[in-house]
Amino acid sequence: MPDYKWPAMNKRKIMGTRVSRLDGPAKSSGRAKYPSDMNPQGLLQTAILVSPHAHAKIRSINTDAAKSMPGVAGIRTFVNAGAEVQWANAEIAIVAANTEEQARDAVRAIKVDYEVLPHMVREENLAKAGTRAKAAGEQITGDPDQALKDADVVLQSEYGIPVITHCCLEPHGQVSEWKGDAINFWPSTQAVSTVGNQLAQALSFDAAKIKVTCDYMGGGFGSKFPADSWGAEGARLSKDTGGRPVKVFLDRATELTIAGVRPSHFMKVKVGAKKDGTITAWQSDSWSTGGFAGGGMAPIPYVYANIPNRRMNHAAVSLNAGPQRAWRAPNHPQASFLTTSAITDLAAKLNMDPLDVFLKNANLTLREATYKSQLEKAAKMIDWKAKYHAPGEGKGTIRRGVGIGVATWGGAGHASKCKIVLHPDGSVEVELGSQDIGTGTRTCITMVAAETLGLPMSAIRVKIGTNSYPASGPSGGSTTIGGVSSSTRKAAVNALEKLFEKVAPSLGVPADQLEAVDSRIQVKGNPNKAMSWKQAAQKMGPQSIEEMGENVPAQAPREGLNTLGASGVQMAEVEVDTETGRVRMRKLVAVQDCGLVVNPKTAESQVYGACIMSICSALFEERVMDAVTGRVLNPDMEFYKLAGLPDIGEIEVQMDITPEHDARGIIGLGEPCAIGGGAAIANAIHNALGVRVPLAPATPEKVLNAIGNRRYA
Amino acid sequence: MLYEAIHRQEGARSTKRIEGKVGVSVSSQNDSTKDNLTKSAFSRRSWLRGAGIGTGVVGAGVLEQEADAQQAKVMSGEVEISLNLNGRPRSVKVEPRTTLLDALRNRLDTTGAKRVCDRGTCGACTVIVGGKAVYGCTMLAVDAVGKNIQTIEGLAPEGQLHPVSQAFVNNDAQQCGYCTPGFVMASKALLDRNPNPTVEQVEKGMAGNICRCGTYVGVRKAVLEAAKMRGGSNA
Repeated sequence: MPDYKWPAMNKRKIMGTRVSRLDGPAKSSGRAKYPSDMNPQGLLQTAILVSPHAHAKIRSINTDAAKSMPGVAGIRTFVNAGAEVQWANAEIAIVAANTEEQARDAVRAIKVDYEVLPHMVREENLAKAGTRAKAAGEQITGDPDQALKDADVVLQSEYGIPVITHCCLEPHGQVSEWKGDAINFWPSTQAVSTVGNQLAQALSFDAAKIKVTCDYMGGGFGSKFPADSWGAEGARLSKDTGGRPVKVFLDRATELTIAGVRPSHFMKVKVGAKKDGTITAWQSDSWSTGGFAGGGMAPIPYVYANIPNRRMNHAAVSLNAGPQRAWRAPNHPQASFLTTSAITDLAAKLNMDPLDVFLKNANLTLREATYKSQLEKAAKMIDWKAKYHAPGEGKGTIRRGVGIGVATWGGAGHASKCKIVLHPDGSVEVELGSQDIGTGTRTCITMVAAETLGLPMSAIRVKIGTNSYPASGPSGGSTTIGGVSSSTRKAAVNALEKLFEKVAPSLGVPADQLEAVDSRIQVKGNPNKAMSWKQAAQKMGPQSIEEMGENVPAQAPREGLNTLGASGVQMAEVEVDTETGRVRMRKLVAVQDCGLVVNPKTAESQVYGACIMSICSALFEERVMDAVTGRVLNPDMEFYKLAGLPDIGEIEVQMDITPEHDARGIIGLGEPCAIGGGAAIANAIHNALGVRVPLAPATPEKVLNAIGNRRYA
Repeated sequence: MLYEAIHRQEGARSTKRIEGKVGVSVSSQNDSTKDNLTKSAFSRRSWLRGAGIGTGVVGAGVLEQEADAQQAKVMSGEVEISLNLNGRPRSVKVEPRTTLLDALRNRLDTTGAKRVCDRGTCGACTVIVGGKAVYGCTMLAVDAVGKNIQTIEGLAPEGQLHPVSQAFVNNDAQQCGYCTPGFVMASKALLDRNPNPTVEQVEKGMAGNICRCGTYVGVRKAVLEAAKMRGGSNA
């Protein structure tokens, strides 16, 4: 079997160097065409009618008046009379018209008769949830009752983190064209190779005849895998109108209400410890919602999972609110916030520095040495020793504090196939049915192919973004980089083997004695016995070399190209104005391991971005539901707050690149770095104030309530 | 009918939503007394004038009274206007309510500016009109007639990069890239006004733009690098 192993760390020429993303110029010049930018000839625009009620039965839908409005080409309904909608802004009908303005006018002419039914849209008080709360099974390890009784110190506390949205800047949607027996589908998607299959299923259509194309997409964060109801109805509208292309993109309010949210998570907890800080017991009662279907239990206790005695109970609360979708590191940021808040508050009760408690209990994690070393690195970066003080200690209006958050993630590569074509003219094409969701995938694939073939990146043409190419998995769960790098590596090695066979006779050595270095094929270690890549390619004859490479997740651990198990530690320093309640970021530091790092430049960008996302959720983000109307009160971007450039403070990222981590192969990065930051910020606020702000986000109102020792609604 | 009249002030986010059918402003000023109207007069009056929308379209209520007072000409359906886009006159049919952004994206196939919040908050649609950065979603297309409109496509010929765009590439100030054209245009307008900004001025200047992937660290560096390339010394 060919040797697919990564070249030794010190032998790599391209992988591991800092490369600017290849599609950067297209993006920063505005020339990159996103699905929402597609304007094919004859395009119809659409508008969607949504339910104003959080829970209602539809008595009738009348589209007659709308049909005769100017410019209207087609109308379809998502639901029929008799159906119940279970959340506000659920999609009811869609109009296609020559212009967007006409489509919006026609939507207003659709008459829907609703029988309004009772709704419930808030879950922060479990006692009020009644039958909407469904208990999940109890999990017990050891003897938590006895351990809590025996503990020297027991912390008892409550924490909560609300539902937030993905708020992708490019809304969900697509352009579709159903002409004859084929469909062209241009979705904003994280899953070019699977979304067409889903659409085929929804339409009872031949999957082989759906061509999916997505060269660029404007953010997904876990919410853009499905074909979606508007994908199916958009395609049907195209069919209804004789194959005219139809563009459907959600407006902002609809995007923020029905296109995916991150579940909330609340927890009442008891943590027991010995005087020396050893954690011995954990007992949590938690609840969460991700919409009508309830919400699962976050992995608590988090990272510090192996507390010997523990009992966890959880309830899923069903609400009349838009459904959850995977949100970057599903349930982990909540788990980190809940767990590290409890450990930090426990440290306060023990009169210990929380850093010592995190270090002391590192044996409760899966990677003790890694977490210890990362805690120490991060502590140095934030200057913990100088900056930590007893909680609340300090004078004056403005208080500073530091806090800790931790993260873990899997991140093994997904199933991926890659085809590499070496042409007789020396050119190289690499094809994968993958996508670049902003992580730099296109660039990383090019780097792996160039490294393996001994060519400059400019000699490689990487083609992704359509299901016409060999299938790769969706970009979710930090699985892409491991998957596509491994399949590309294998395809490139396989192709080289074939090329070596053609070249070997001319160089007078067996094929396995050749290597590809610096755009040449040479006898291993002997640059004098060599020929240029171009000359070598000519030896192919008229036919190109086409080779496949495949990452099979079950085999990957044996091959060692990619693996799982990333760790990270983040620490924050904040400044809190005790008169206004405003929290300002001073610094956030991140130490992140993800095995072999293909492109440190784009990897760091992901971590910086994740830190900023953490600032957003720690300080600003909350989907606010109105109990009376059942509607989202802030489905926009002025009241659904995200951080801006002045809000982020200083951020320092250290990719934990070491020979030991590198030897593990590639591990996904997107999720793990988006977990610990929010927790670190919440804990830094505790350190600044000496009181806990138990509910995220730490808005001025919540901070002032905590300082005033006021309870929440 | 729902109309949105939103405008961008330097460094501030301000939004006024006007519900045409019932004549209620959803902003804080939904009091219809004369005094209040005068105070908030930006706005509805000049907007109505600019949009050329009369009573027939707008309906009853405050707006109707104001519109009556203006005796605005009723205009409905599409009209052909000419926009001076990236140095070239471009003829385009728009409705009075069509925003500059929608005219660019839907009717002129100029899609660099993106529609994200569609109400003057996020900056993804930033274009430069008459030398000033504006949110394309807050300006009506008919209001842009006679003004120089520069979009990101006008910064450099295809295949070449404007120094600001180059600085964004160098500093990886982009991930998914959907906000990037807006940031590049906001940066360009900032540097045109202030070729030598401090870090604080960069932060303030970029405060009207939102990135969800979190590329601000790169953006901060990119704007400073672009300033340096153009001769500023604070970077």
